[in-house]
Formats: sequence, structure tokens, C-alpha cells
Amino acid sequence: MKGMDGSTTVNKKNSIDRSLKKSKGLLFYIKRDIILYLMLVIPVAYILLFKYGSMYGIEIAFKDYNIFQGMNRSPWNNFATFKQIFATPQFYQVVRNTLVLNGLDLIVGFPAPIILAILINELVFKKFKRISQTILYLPHFLSWVIIGGIVAQLLSPTGMINSLITNMGGHALPFLTKKFAWVGTYTLVGAWQSAGWGTILYLAAMTGINKELYEAAEVDGAGRLRKIWHVTLPGIRPTIAILLILQLGNIMAIGFDRPFNLQNNLVMDFGDVISTFVYRIGIQSANFSIGAAVGLFQSIICLVFLLTSNYITKKLGEQGIW
Amino acid sequence: MSQKLKNRIFDYSAVFIVLIAVFICLIPFLYILSESLSSNRAIISHLVTIFPIGFNIEAYKVVFTDAGMLYSMFYTVILVLVYVLLALTVTVLAAYTLSRKRLKGRNIILLLMVFTMYFSGGLVPDYMLVKNLHLLNTPFALILPSMMSVFNMIILKSFFQNLPESLEEAAYLDGCSDLQILLKIILPLSKPALATIALLYAVFRWNYFQDALFYITNEKLYTIQLKLYNVINISQQMSGENVVINLPSEALKAASIIFGTIPILIVYPWLQKYFVSGITIGSIKG
Repeated sequence: MKGMDGSTTVNKKNSIDRSLKKSKGLLFYIKRDIILYLMLVIPVAYILLFKYGSMYGIEIAFKDYNIFQGMNRSPWNNFATFKQIFATPQFYQVVRNTLVLNGLDLIVGFPAPIILAILINELVFKKFKRISQTILYLPHFLSWVIIGGIVAQLLSPTGMINSLITNMGGHALPFLTKKFAWVGTYTLVGAWQSAGWGTILYLAAMTGINKELYEAAEVDGAGRLRKIWHVTLPGIRPTIAILLILQLGNIMAIGFDRPFNLQNNLVMDFGDVISTFVYRIGIQSANFSIGAAVGLFQSIICLVFLLTSNYITKKLGEQGIW
Repeated sequence: MSQKLKNRIFDYSAVFIVLIAVFICLIPFLYILSESLSSNRAIISHLVTIFPIGFNIEAYKVVFTDAGMLYSMFYTVILVLVYVLLALTVTVLAAYTLSRKRLKGRNIILLLMVFTMYFSGGLVPDYMLVKNLHLLNTPFALILPSMMSVFNMIILKSFFQNLPESLEEAAYLDGCSDLQILLKIILPLSKPALATIALLYAVFRWNYFQDALFYITNEKLYTIQLKLYNVINISQQMSGENVVINLPSEALKAASIIFGTIPILIVYPWLQKYFVSGITIGSIKG
């Protein structure tokens, strides 16, 4: 981004600024841009209060939080909370579930929009293309509460799919009631919700591909599939790389709304993930220290994953996210 | 096989596969819709598929006469409007100031903000903060903690940065202050970007469920999503007196789901193109 503005005029301005800086102190800039600084007060206050203020609350992960003593006066506990969570089998279970469900999303949910975008890009009937895009984006605009309701109605033992199967003489499938089947349902519903919407970025990247490349490939005798393989896919490679880093970086992060609205008591062994666990233990049962410690553990692992995957991508010669 | 025929086959198979995807997207809705409109007998004997059997709008009568449902819907619409107005204002303030290259310290502030995209306190510290600020069970708990998305701010910031600088310089020479430049020049030029960001915020607030579940226990302050969650999962009785006992709960759930989807379906066709262009702006230049 910076490279785009890096014209010579800007450089000149910077050097003028720099020479001014020596003669004029900080006060000069504050005075000059006072209106801008005032405009920044609310956004900065918001970030400090609600983002960094929340980070301050992490300290209760290291304390025996006691609601009567409050955050500051509760005693430090020498990592006892962490020792406790690392000794709980349930903790490893929710970490495993988070990794498994996110891993499956990566395997199934990540390629789905790429394939769909390539197909849409190849459509020659313009009107069909537009209408199908409109419909494919739609699931993205529904809340997980609604989707959870739809899934329950559609896939429950007496839902439409199972009614159809049993009416035709088959056995009902345990989409939501058996653990492994539920994991599959979770993954496919996620792909259903996001695949269409995910095509937008790839389609945008595809419009940026130089048309001459396609023509050149055609002259060389390439068919449609070869053109996809040798022109389209390399053309969207930077986009794929960035989205892949982001998703790899978030392998331990998991939203709350989706698992919470899709899980049920029968599949909690596989369906309980970090976010829902923290909600249940940390907020519903008021074990604040444990909830905060699990959340901190998750945040740190996430940060490590994100930094690592960004580093590797850069080493591989792609553009990272920073 | 000639190249032309091959192309033809390719075109039609692409259409075929996309068509299947389209149907997979539509069928769940059609099923819920037909279930909400079908007769009790058809629902109980599980005959309903994608066409209603034995037309019946009892379920809708119950949902639409349920004061609690209508109240939640109305309350959520107001909440969304207030939230969007506030979030947009804060986002514009940050995006505009941080897009001014001469502003000293802007990189530090930007870094401070971007860091929060990758590291956060977590659910419990968030909850404690909202609790300590005495925001639990107030509508502010659903507005203030998510008053600005750093991601949206960066999209808007890169949009501002790509506006021609000469316009501002001219205004500057005419004696406009930064605030006047923002209000009179930048904002009018940025309508498409502002519309996109506003829509992103609106859909986020409309669909977001987690914070309402965490922070709100007073039924008067339930958002429509929280209300729907209770109807769908806890089979909570509707608050109206005219609950029809002989109505299958499936029909009621289905009608509630459709009820909760109506606002999105109404605005969706108009909004879609803005979303698409907005996401594209942000991704390519951000």
C-alpha cells in the first residue's frame, strides 16, 4: 500500500517535514493538527477502554478471582489456574475439537469458494451468472441462530432429509445425533454458509488477470481446463495465499455463534469448543479465572500461529498480510 | 471432438454444477417456508418437502400477533439504526484522521488498533469489563463494546487515501479546516464506501447473537436473534394469550425462522451490489 503512494512528491514533502522538525517541537504539530487530534479522541478512547481495557482483565487468569474482593484485590495464585486447566481432561478435549473442526473447515471450506469462483467465472450466460451469484451469497446474510434452526428442521431424525430417506425405505441418518456425523454436518453447513460469499474476493482477483494471457494460452492450443490451471489459478494465487494465512492463523480461534447454535447435548464430546467451553465454565458457572486463562491460552496460540504462517508465506515468496 | 463442441460441453457442465449449488442454497429455505405454510396433519406425518401441503397460515397468525416477537423485532431495528450511526461516525473519524499522512503519531495509533485485531482479552475479560462498567442488561452493552471494527476502518482509510489529493489542497488554500474538508469534500465523494461500511455494520449487528446472550437477561431487551434462539431451542411459549395448542411446534419454529429472515430478504436485493463492490475495494487496496 505504501509503495503505491511513494511518488517523488511525497518524498519531497517528507524531507521538508523532516527539516522543519528540527526547528519545531511536538507542540507545533499538535497545534497545527489540533482538529485532527480532537477527532481521534473518541476512536482512541474506544480502543483503549474496550480493547486494551479488556486485556487488562486478563490478570484474573493469574489470580484467585473473588467477586467480593474484585479484580485488583484478589490474591495472585502462582499459575494455579493454569495448572488446574492443564490437569483437566475436558480442556484437552475442547482444544482438540477446536483444532479438528477448524482443520476440517480448512480442508473442505477453504477450497469450496475457489472451485465455485472458477466455475462462476467460466459461465458464459451473463444473466444466469448474476442470478446464481445473488442466490449463492444469501446464506452469508443469515444469523447462526436462523441457520441452526433451519439445520435442526432439515436434518433432525424427523426432518425433511430423513423423512425422504425413510419414506423411500432407507434408514434415517444421524446427522445431528451421532458424533462423527455431526462433525461432518458442522463442516458442510459451514461451507454452505460461506462458500458463495467467499467467491467475491476470488472473482475480483480474476477480473484483474490480464486478458492477453488467456489469448496467448489459446494460441498455444490450451483448452478451458488448461487455461484455468495455467492462467486463472496462478492469477488468484496471492489472494489464496493471504486468505490461507488468515485461516491458518485462526486455527485455534473459533467463533461462538456457529458451534453454539449447531451443537446439542448428544454430541458435546465432539462439539464443545473453546469458545462455548469458556462461555459455559467462565460466564455461566462464574469460574471467571478459569475462563480467562483458557481464553488467554487460546489468544497466545493464535498469535503464534498467525506470526508463523505469515513468516512462512513470506519465505515462500508470497506477499504476507504485513 | 472439435474444440467448439468441447467448449459447449464445458459451458453446460459449469452451468449444471452451479445450478446444483444454487439449489442447495435454496432448498432449505423452500422447506422451511413450505413447512410454515402446511397443514398440521402434513407436518406431523412428515410429508412436507419443498411445496406446502394443505395451505395453512395459523403459524404466522401466532407469530405476528405475538407481542414479544413484534417488540423484539422493533427494538432490534432501532438498536441496529443507532448502532450503525454511531459505529459509522467513529469509523469515519478514525479512518479520516489516520489517512492524513502529515499527522504525527498516526502510525503508532494505527499499530495500537491493528494489534487488537490479532490479540484480545477474550470472552471472560470482555464480560468482566461490561459488568464493571455497569452495562449488563442495557442496550449499551450491545453498542459500545463493538463500536468500531478496525477492519472496516482500514477499508475506509484506504478508500480515503485513494481520493485525489489536489481537491483537498485546493480546499485547504481556500481556508477550509480539516473538519470542513471532511464534511464538505471527503464524505460526499465517499458515499459508496460509506454505504458499504454502514451495511457491513448493519448486518453484523442484526445477526450477532453472542453478546446479547452474554450480556442480556432482561427479556425486554432481547434482540430478535436471542428471542428466536429461545423459540427455536427452548420451545419457549409465545407470550401472547392466543397460542394455539394444536399447532405443531415445527410449524411455529418454521414461521419464526421466516419471520426473522424477512427483514434481510427485504433489503438484500438492494444491498447486494454495494456489498460486493465494497468488499472488493477493501480487499484490493487494503
